[in-house]
Amino acid sequence: MTAPTGDAPVTSPPRNPRAGRPAAALRHRLFWPALVLALLLLANLLFTPGFLSVEMKDGHLYGSLIDIFRFGAPLILVATGMTLVIATGGIDLSVGSVVAISGALSCLWVSGLADQQSAGGVLAAVGLALGLSLALGVWNGFLVSGIGIQPIIATLILMVAGRGLAQLITDGQIVTVNSDPYKLIGGGYWLTLPFGVLIAAAVLAVTAFLTRRLALGLLIESVGGNATASRLAGLRSRGLIVTVYAFCALCAGIAGLMISSNVSSADGNNAGLWIELDAILAVVIGGTSLAGGRFSLGGTVIGALIIQTLTTTIYSIGIPPETTLLFKALVVTVVCLLQSAAFREKAFHLRRRRPGAAPASADEKVRVPA
Amino acid sequence: MLKRMSALLLVGATVMTMAACGSGGSGPASSGGGGGDTLTMGFSQVGAESGWRTANTKSVQDSAKAAGIELKFSDAQQKQENQIKAIRSFIQQKVDVIAFSPVVESGWDTVLKEAKNANIPVILTDRAVDSADTSLYKTFLGSDFVAEGKKAGQWLVEEYKDSTETVNIVELQGTTGSAPANDRKAGFAEVIGADPKFKVIASQTGDFTRAKGKEVMEAFLKSNPDIDVLYAHNDDMGLGAIEAIEGAGKVPGKDIKIITVDAVKDGMQALADGKINYIVECSPLLGPQLMDLAKKVAAGEQVPTRVETEETTFTQEQAKQALPSRQY
Repeated sequence: MTAPTGDAPVTSPPRNPRAGRPAAALRHRLFWPALVLALLLLANLLFTPGFLSVEMKDGHLYGSLIDIFRFGAPLILVATGMTLVIATGGIDLSVGSVVAISGALSCLWVSGLADQQSAGGVLAAVGLALGLSLALGVWNGFLVSGIGIQPIIATLILMVAGRGLAQLITDGQIVTVNSDPYKLIGGGYWLTLPFGVLIAAAVLAVTAFLTRRLALGLLIESVGGNATASRLAGLRSRGLIVTVYAFCALCAGIAGLMISSNVSSADGNNAGLWIELDAILAVVIGGTSLAGGRFSLGGTVIGALIIQTLTTTIYSIGIPPETTLLFKALVVTVVCLLQSAAFREKAFHLRRRRPGAAPASADEKVRVPA
Repeated sequence: MLKRMSALLLVGATVMTMAACGSGGSGPASSGGGGGDTLTMGFSQVGAESGWRTANTKSVQDSAKAAGIELKFSDAQQKQENQIKAIRSFIQQKVDVIAFSPVVESGWDTVLKEAKNANIPVILTDRAVDSADTSLYKTFLGSDFVAEGKKAGQWLVEEYKDSTETVNIVELQGTTGSAPANDRKAGFAEVIGADPKFKVIASQTGDFTRAKGKEVMEAFLKSNPDIDVLYAHNDDMGLGAIEAIEGAGKVPGKDIKIITVDAVKDGMQALADGKINYIVECSPLLGPQLMDLAKKVAAGEQVPTRVETEETTFTQEQAKQALPSRQY
């Protein structure tokens, strides 16, 4: 992921005839987030020499990089769903609660099985939890598109009530299960790779196919750009909105299964707490506009990986817990500033292009709106 | 976050409660302070955020029944405004005693003054308030987290007393800034600080949750290849860390010795299974002790301003015996 951008020769002769214009890779939307991710990984290498090494242990891959993917998989999933919701100009604050509900319901079901090792029982639990997640997503979509409540309010309802529902399901207790098939979902390995990462990759692949190979992505962006105009143009925007909220909740449901499976227990109070904020952050870092109308799945994945790498970095290099939040805030601020074309213009380009600044900027003014 | 804090904060109240139960619970409620026949207590609970808290609630309810005290129970659902509302409603109902576990430490002066003006004694349970005016409440019944940290440290010193090699310790702290996290860290550091062979090589917050405990431990295992001991501020983080240790191909309890605090059922099970080496108990069963104190303050007797809940500790052998009768 970092290789193409890392190789980008900043000093190479510009292919573009316009003098002073950076190389194409530098202008790519994902260049800056990818650069930050690469820098974070390199910084770790300074503190922990074996940080990037991956070895085989007990028949599966083992290493910090694997950890980042494994613990990042739920966030990637939630952020993928969130990307599509945000692309329609909406937002879903309820994903954290859905994570908790899904984990709580499936763990409760598994813990009630006579034989916790039975794959059938675990599948039933998974089906039940995902079914409920889907229903909650449809409810969100109905509130937003059917009744016309603003997304932030509509999903706030479930964000607050949902955690209560999760606590109701678990009776305020931590439900512990002891089931190998259930453990596989978020804590197990398949073909040496963490199973959770494979699930996240599969969901991503399907999403990318549906939205980028088929017209669905275009339709979503169109609804996000202008829902009324889209409807007048013949798009069933209501149905589309319900679909993306349902999809988002489904992703959150799967993430909830992973999180609870990883520790073989459901914690209705803490599972997925604040994950909605991390997911929104990942989406924004990835370059998707909160105003809707365009989205970048690749950017979201990079954003989620940045957040998880940051967390792992904090643990690995031993930043004291009291300063953790400040450290995170600083890194995120740097990423956001680097993302901002206006900021980069001020910080870097002006200085570099001082000699021929006037014609270049005039040229830019013409180009940008086009 | 508040939930976790509260869960940890509550940890200390076990053994004394049982002792107090035997003596205090037997007397009839003849000392009702409000002039009525039975004593009425208004109790405002933090919420139902953990198994520990649920056990705490049940203990209060059961021992009120056993002591013949009429209990008006209110669940604040982690919100201070709910708790203030509940206390005001208790004052209007003219209960004999008000007891509550404060959700947060500050902002209680006004409502506690109202209670004082109404001549209703107040007992704090499990968590303290930071009010400068200590006349606003009669007593604070709760555990001593520093002592818990010290007990954990003492076991470690004892375990390694014959060794001269450096002992590398990693620590999983509770929620940053919460009283149990601060105090358990300080008590532990004080005891092991006496011997330079004990080195805390990494210390991070695991937010009192299993998921975070596992995630942080995974990172510890990779950045510190040589870990001898794990000290976790609660059972849940320890349980998460056990999974991480097993995932790294090491044996929890042997390759890495584990000390935790709380002694909830899942933790005791792991202790009995040999995956944890030592647990410092922090018990939620403070109901009998609370009822005893309530009768005393309602009767106008003097009580100490700080009543500590007695706490025990568990080794692997003791855990096997205690496990069948564990309530929470």
